[in-house]
Amino acid sequence: MNNSFEKIVHNYRKEGGNVITLLQETQEVFGYIPREAIDYFSEHLGIAPSRFFGVATFYAQFRMTPIGKNKIITCCGTACYVRGAERIISSVKRELKLSDTEDTTQDREFTVEKVACLGFCSFAPVVLINDDVRGKTSADVIIKEIKSLRNK
Amino acid sequence: MADETIIRVCMGPAGIAAGGKQVLEAFRTTLAAAGTSATLKENCSTHQVGCVGLCARDVLVEIHRAGTKIVYQYIKPDMVPRIVDEHLVEGIPVAEWLVDSAYDAFYKKQVKIVLSDVGRIDPEDIQAYVAVEGYEAAREVLLSWSPEEVIEEIKMSQLRGRGGAGFPTGLKWELGRKASGTTKYIVCNADEGDPGAFMDRAVVEGNPHSVIEGMIIGAYALSAHEGYVYIRAEYPLAVERLKRALTQARERGFLGKNIFGTEFSLDIKIKLGAGAFVCGEETALIASIEGQRGTPRAKPPFPVNRGLWQKPTVINNVETLANIPYIIRRGCQWYASYGTERSRGTKVFALTGKIKNPGLIEIPMGITLREIIEDIGGGIENNKPLKAIQTGGPSGGCIPADKLDMNVDYESLAKVGSIVGSGGMIVLDQDDCMVNMAQYFIRFTQAESCGKCVPCRVGTKRLLETLERITKGHGRKGDIERLEKLSAGIKSTSLCGLGQTAPNPILSSIRYFREEFETHIINKKCPSKVCKNLLTYSINKEQCKACGACLRACPAAAIAGAKKVPHTIDQSKCIKCGSCFEVCKFNSVERD
Repeated sequence: MNNSFEKIVHNYRKEGGNVITLLQETQEVFGYIPREAIDYFSEHLGIAPSRFFGVATFYAQFRMTPIGKNKIITCCGTACYVRGAERIISSVKRELKLSDTEDTTQDREFTVEKVACLGFCSFAPVVLINDDVRGKTSADVIIKEIKSLRNK
Repeated sequence: MADETIIRVCMGPAGIAAGGKQVLEAFRTTLAAAGTSATLKENCSTHQVGCVGLCARDVLVEIHRAGTKIVYQYIKPDMVPRIVDEHLVEGIPVAEWLVDSAYDAFYKKQVKIVLSDVGRIDPEDIQAYVAVEGYEAAREVLLSWSPEEVIEEIKMSQLRGRGGAGFPTGLKWELGRKASGTTKYIVCNADEGDPGAFMDRAVVEGNPHSVIEGMIIGAYALSAHEGYVYIRAEYPLAVERLKRALTQARERGFLGKNIFGTEFSLDIKIKLGAGAFVCGEETALIASIEGQRGTPRAKPPFPVNRGLWQKPTVINNVETLANIPYIIRRGCQWYASYGTERSRGTKVFALTGKIKNPGLIEIPMGITLREIIEDIGGGIENNKPLKAIQTGGPSGGCIPADKLDMNVDYESLAKVGSIVGSGGMIVLDQDDCMVNMAQYFIRFTQAESCGKCVPCRVGTKRLLETLERITKGHGRKGDIERLEKLSAGIKSTSLCGLGQTAPNPILSSIRYFREEFETHIINKKCPSKVCKNLLTYSINKEQCKACGACLRACPAAAIAGAKKVPHTIDQSKCIKCGSCFEVCKFNSVERD
C-alpha cells in the first residue's frame, strides 16, 4: 500500500498540488479512499486530514468504503427516471438483499451505485454492469445478469 | 474499377450503447475476408463517427458511393455480411433495412452548425477535421485579425452562452480582454451536470477539435496563454477523445508555442470533475479546478476580473466554443441570419423521454415546440397524449401541452416559467406525475446543494420534505401555498444560481398543474398512478385465471391463491412494487 501512496504523493508534488487529482488517483488504485491513505497523505504533506475528508465527502465520485467485485451503476437522469430507473434500483437492491443505506453486499461481490446522468438518454433506462452499457433495459434483465454473474 | 466507398458507423453515445463498435468491427472483418474483391477492398474505407442524431434508430450506418448517401438503421453485426454482399459487391442496397421517411423528417427542420461535422468525421483523427476546413478559422484569426476584431465579430454574431444563462459571449470576451492583468485563463465548461442531457458529451465525443479551435480563438481574443477543460469523469470516452485531440493538436503545432508561426502561445489542460452539479456555477468550477470543495462565492468580483488563482478568467460552455470556428469561417452575418431578434443562431437539444424518435437535434432558435415534438421527434411514443415538456433540467420548468405553439428561444421560454438551459428536453406523457417530477428535481438539487448558504441548504430540504409528504398521502391544506412562499424566499436569497433556480420545477408545475397537486393533497390519489403510496393493487376475481404469474412475481409473498383459485393480495404485506400488475397477462390486477 505504502508504495502506491508514495507514488501518488510524488505525482501530487510534481503536478503542483491538487487534492482532487490526488484523491482521484487514489480511488483509481484502490477503488475507494482508504483511511490509511488519508493518514499517510496528511503526514507526508503536512495537510490536515479534514481537508482530504472535506473534498472526498463533497464530491459524489469518491467513496470511503471498499467496492465490490461487480459494479452495477444505474443512471438516474430524468430520461431514465421517467422510464423506471427507480424500479430497477429497488428490484436490484431487493435481489441483493441490500438495505436503503447499504451499497455493497456482505461478501463484496456486488456494489450498487446511482449516478446523476450518463448521457445515454435516448437509450433510457440505462444500467452499467462492470462498465458495459445496457440500454433500454429492465429490472428483469438486470437481475438475470446478476444471477449469472453470481454463478461465475 | 469500383467507385470509392465510404462507410460511416455512428459511434455516438447511443450508437455505442446499441453496439456500434461491433458493427464497425464486422464491416472491417467482412471486407478483409478473402472473398472480397481486391478493388473493393482498396476503395472502401470504414470510419467511426460521432452522434449522427437519430439515436432511436441506432446503429445507423451510412454508405457513401458515387455522390449518393444510403443510410441503414437498426444495424446489428450479423446483418453486415449481407450489406457487403448485396450492396457493396452487387450494387443493390438491402431495401428492408434502409431508413424510412421518419429519418428525413427528423433532419428536415434542423440546421446544423455546431453539429455540422459531428457524425460526419472521425473524431479521433485530426486530419478528418482539417479536411473539412478545421483549424482554418484559428489560422486566419491568428495571422491576420486583431483580438478586437475577433471580439467585434462574435459580438455581431450575437452568440449567447449556451450553458444556460445566455450571457452574450462577445461581451464576456470583451470584459475579459479589458480586465487588468497579464496572466489570464480560458476555461471550457464541459461539466454537463443536468440530468437528462447529453449535448456537450456528443460534441466533445463527436468533434473535440471544434472545441479546441474555439478555445484557441477565444484565448487569442483575451490574450490568455493557458486553458482548461473542466470535464465530467462520468464521460470516459469524451475524456479519452479530448486527450487524444489535444495531443494531435500539439503535434500539428496548433497548440503550444508560436502557433501558426505567430507570437501567440497556448496550451490546454484537462481537469476531471468529480461529480458535483454545483460546479457548473462559475465560481464553484474555479474552486474545483483549484482542488477545493466546489462551493460558490459571492459575485462581484466576477471571474472575468478575478477567477482562477485570482486571475481574470473567461468560462465558456462546450457548445458556445464549438460555434466559434464556424462563425469565424462563415461570418457573423450568416450566423445571425438564423434565429430570432434576441436569440440568434441555433441551439442543440437532447430530445428524450416519451418521444418516438429521441435524439440529438440542432434547431434554429425560434421554431415552435410543435415542430420539434411532432415534425422532428415524430410525436409521442405509443400515440399517447402529450402532457408536458420539461426543459432546462433542475433549473427549468415544465411547459404544458397547450403551449405547443410557442417559440423556442431564451425570451419565450422564460415567459412561460422555464429556461433554455443547457438543452435537455424531456417529453412527458399522461403516465408521468407532475408532483412526482417536481419531487424528483428537488431531490436532485437538495442532494447537490453545496450547503454553503442557508436558503438553499435548508430551504430545498424543507421543499423536499413537503413534497414527500404530499406524494406519500400526508399532504395538508395550505401545502401548495407553503411551497410557493418558501420557493419565493429561496429564489431571492440564495447565493448562487443553483439555489436561485432550484424552485423553478416546483413553481412551474404548480402554475400549470395545480389540480394535480390538489388531488394528491385532498383526495390522496395520484391521477397518473405513479406515487406508489397512493396506489392500491387488487385482483379482479372474475377476470383472474389463477395462472400464478403474479404469485411468483410478488417479492413480498403478499399474494395468496392456488391453481384454479382466484388470487388475492394481502394489503398489509403489499409493498406496492407493481410487479403483479406488470406480469398479469389478463389485466386482472387493478391499480387505483
